[in-house]
Amino acid sequence: MSTIQEIQEEIIEDFAMFDDWIQKYEYLIDLGKELSPIDEKYKTEDNLIRGCQSRVWLHAEHTDGKIIYTADSDAIMSKGIVAILINVLSGQAPSEIATAKLDFINKIGLKEQLSPTRANGLVSMIKQMKLYALAFNN
Amino acid sequence: MLDINKIRAQFPILNRNVNGKDLVYFDNGATTQKPQSVIDAEANYYTNENSNVHRGVHFLSGLATDKFEETRNTIKDFIGAKKNHEIIFTKGTTDSINLVANGFRTLLKSGNEVIVSELEHHSNIVPWQMCCEVSGATLKVIPILDNGDLNMVEFEKLLTENTKLIAVSHVSNALGTINPIEEIIEKAHKVGSQVLIDGAQAASHIPLNMQELNADFYCFSAHKMYGPTAVGILYGKKEVLNNLPPYQGGGEMIKKVSFNGTTYAELPYKFEAGTPNIAGVIAFKSAIDFITNLGVETIAKYEDELLQYVTSEILKIEGVKIYGTAKNKSAILSFNIEGLHPYDIGMIVDKMGIAIRTGHHCAQPIMEKFNIPGTVRISLAIYNTKEEIDLCINAIKKAKLMLS
Repeated sequence: MSTIQEIQEEIIEDFAMFDDWIQKYEYLIDLGKELSPIDEKYKTEDNLIRGCQSRVWLHAEHTDGKIIYTADSDAIMSKGIVAILINVLSGQAPSEIATAKLDFINKIGLKEQLSPTRANGLVSMIKQMKLYALAFNN
Repeated sequence: MLDINKIRAQFPILNRNVNGKDLVYFDNGATTQKPQSVIDAEANYYTNENSNVHRGVHFLSGLATDKFEETRNTIKDFIGAKKNHEIIFTKGTTDSINLVANGFRTLLKSGNEVIVSELEHHSNIVPWQMCCEVSGATLKVIPILDNGDLNMVEFEKLLTENTKLIAVSHVSNALGTINPIEEIIEKAHKVGSQVLIDGAQAASHIPLNMQELNADFYCFSAHKMYGPTAVGILYGKKEVLNNLPPYQGGGEMIKKVSFNGTTYAELPYKFEAGTPNIAGVIAFKSAIDFITNLGVETIAKYEDELLQYVTSEILKIEGVKIYGTAKNKSAILSFNIEGLHPYDIGMIVDKMGIAIRTGHHCAQPIMEKFNIPGTVRISLAIYNTKEEIDLCINAIKKAKLMLS
């Protein structure tokens, strides 16, 4: 299993292959489409992440010292964004997730789209994932 | 003959690039862009005129006060009010509605009823919910028909002698419906109810005459009519405003302050506590001048042409459903494309330099009625063009292709 840092570097490399935003967006859309489905029973009001213009559900399970995240969204771009985060964080130990520095976001050339001030829910997604990590860490 | 290029030349922001593309700005329902005259007026105030209003005896204070009051006079003429003191300066439409709703907390009692409509912006719902919670009055809701028109049959059933206030929008920000406010006002007055009109989406699109309209209150925002942000207007009939308790206490709004009891200032100052947005109010006059120089009727006619065009073009895209198909609409087009989320469309067209709105438009009850998470909204202004609509339609087609 690669570390969070190694996975981030792979993502940065992947995005470096794209020439323009269209290819990057298409890649995000593909990631969204490929995201493993969440168990329908976890698509509850409680699992909705606040701060997104679309509905994003996030579920976390703690097994063998690792956290497995699953998610879904009614918007494909949001699904792509949460899919990237799952690729980076899912399967890692709670302590690693809680302290992870997610600097890939600034390095894949989608800074404006994934900026914390935009209504994309990115910050809320990361916050919720880290909150699970803190909770499972205790 | 309207020369749109000449009009566009007055808006410096329209020359800028967004994501490497010429900006196409279709989020005018949220806020319009500002002409150079408004920007200059605001800068000139701070450069040459800055001083507090209504207080000083010195030259600059007198100058600032004169210009501040000149805007009030301009607004009075623009909306056909009877008196200058019927024009209250606020922070915006939301602030204007809150001012009235706060006053009604003490005017209403249990058994009284307030009526709003299903297509209101949250800012014309929540203040009334808060007002009813405190006063014990009951909130009733006029439902809408599937085309986005108010259900006037149901409205009449809601009207009783218990109705004390009706708060409805002139134009729906989410669907663009122009509501039959003349009829609502007439029927409300027959049962002794007052009427507040939220004119945020109407004031720069529809000619207004308060004396003919006979509304008790009419609210709008400068920033949605080519003026500065954080300046709003509350129009109220003199006798209605006199009867309304003050909103905020402070300087400017008093006649005499004593610990034995304070008396309030006359209209309009009773409702204008504290130092206002003087620069914004003064610059607002330049925005009104911009509108009146063109003529509201001329603006309305041109925007309607654009609305017809964008509506017919968008319907050529397969799977498009328009929300709000009322006969009378103003400058707003709300739609979805089957199978696509509005947020995804907005994200992609943004990359092509096109600013449109996606989401619930602060009108969640309507979204709930149509059972949708939100819509894509194109809202028009006088500087928009058919060429921009073509660019937008192409961008939407491209988004559809990428997302399908």
